[in-house]
Amino acid sequence: MNILLELAAVYGQLSLLAFGGANAVIPEMQRQVVDVHHWMSAREFASLYALAQAAPGPNMMVVSLVGWRVAGLWGALVTTGAVAAPSSILTLLVSGVWYRFKDANWRKVLQAGLQPVSAGLIMASAALLVETTVVDWTAAAVTIVATGLFMFTKLHPMLILAAAAAAGAIGLVG
Amino acid sequence: MSETPPTTPAANPTVFDLFTGFFIIGVCGFGGVLPWARWVIVEKRKWLTPPEFTEMLGLCQFLPGGNIMNVTIALGSRFRGIPGALACFLGLMTAPVAIVIGLGAVYDLYADVAPVRRAFVALAAAAAALLVASAWKIAAPLWGRPLAVGVAVCTFVAIAVLRLPLQAAMPVLAIGSTLLLWRFRT
Repeated sequence: MNILLELAAVYGQLSLLAFGGANAVIPEMQRQVVDVHHWMSAREFASLYALAQAAPGPNMMVVSLVGWRVAGLWGALVTTGAVAAPSSILTLLVSGVWYRFKDANWRKVLQAGLQPVSAGLIMASAALLVETTVVDWTAAAVTIVATGLFMFTKLHPMLILAAAAAAGAIGLVG
Repeated sequence: MSETPPTTPAANPTVFDLFTGFFIIGVCGFGGVLPWARWVIVEKRKWLTPPEFTEMLGLCQFLPGGNIMNVTIALGSRFRGIPGALACFLGLMTAPVAIVIGLGAVYDLYADVAPVRRAFVALAAAAAALLVASAWKIAAPLWGRPLAVGVAVCTFVAIAVLRLPLQAAMPVLAIGSTLLLWRFRT
């Protein structure tokens, strides 16, 4: 099958599964890209995820980056479009009627039911990324220190990411 | 004839306004776009009142897909139909896609240089930490609700430990969780 069609199929499916945003589908994205289609290694996937965090914009830029790595510029456009189209059409259809059901009970029931699933999905994403990125004890130290900084300080996230990259560049990590 | 004072901002953005507004959100959104989206949409351009923005964001977080991507569609279509939705989406995505591809090209060129390679090992470890911290924040409201914690743990085990395909696991988890929490609601 044409590789662009394969990319579109993989990312189109992820779109409607992404309850809680792109970070909820990182494990499935990795499973598809690494284990099912063998487009790259798990380490490479984690590197692209990290690189995407250094770009501005929505937190799903890893989608465009994987598309670019697999099939160049067209790949990037196809994955970005495929991940956006199904959920966008759903949003288009639902946003008109949503306000009418503002106080409907089923809305609250659904929202309450999906909340812990989203939380579990994002915890799973975090665990899988940590498993891939902690390649030695120095990387583990970076993960532990950075987690503490992200949770307990008001430092800008980009500052912490930049500090980690700098620590790596001067040879403290890796 | 007397005019009643408007209860919502008298916003009437053109397709071009929508594109430029979301272009700014896309370029500025380092480390999270939502604060920037709020700043442009509510404070600078006054397209929505604060409660309208909160309500729209609530819908966009509830639906699948990227939260801010859904905001582009919901807000753009409200003002200018499908062309408005497309303008918001393209405005948001154009610069970040170009920048991330540029970063990818630079990474490819220098990936074999030892300091660059080490910088990326550390950056990847820190990016994973960022996701650990946000997972913690998202899970925090579940504490003290054993059923919700149970569902989150089941989801975690299904995806991270058993590595079940999401297409199969998601419907079971979503429907099971909704019925369970509804049946035993407090």
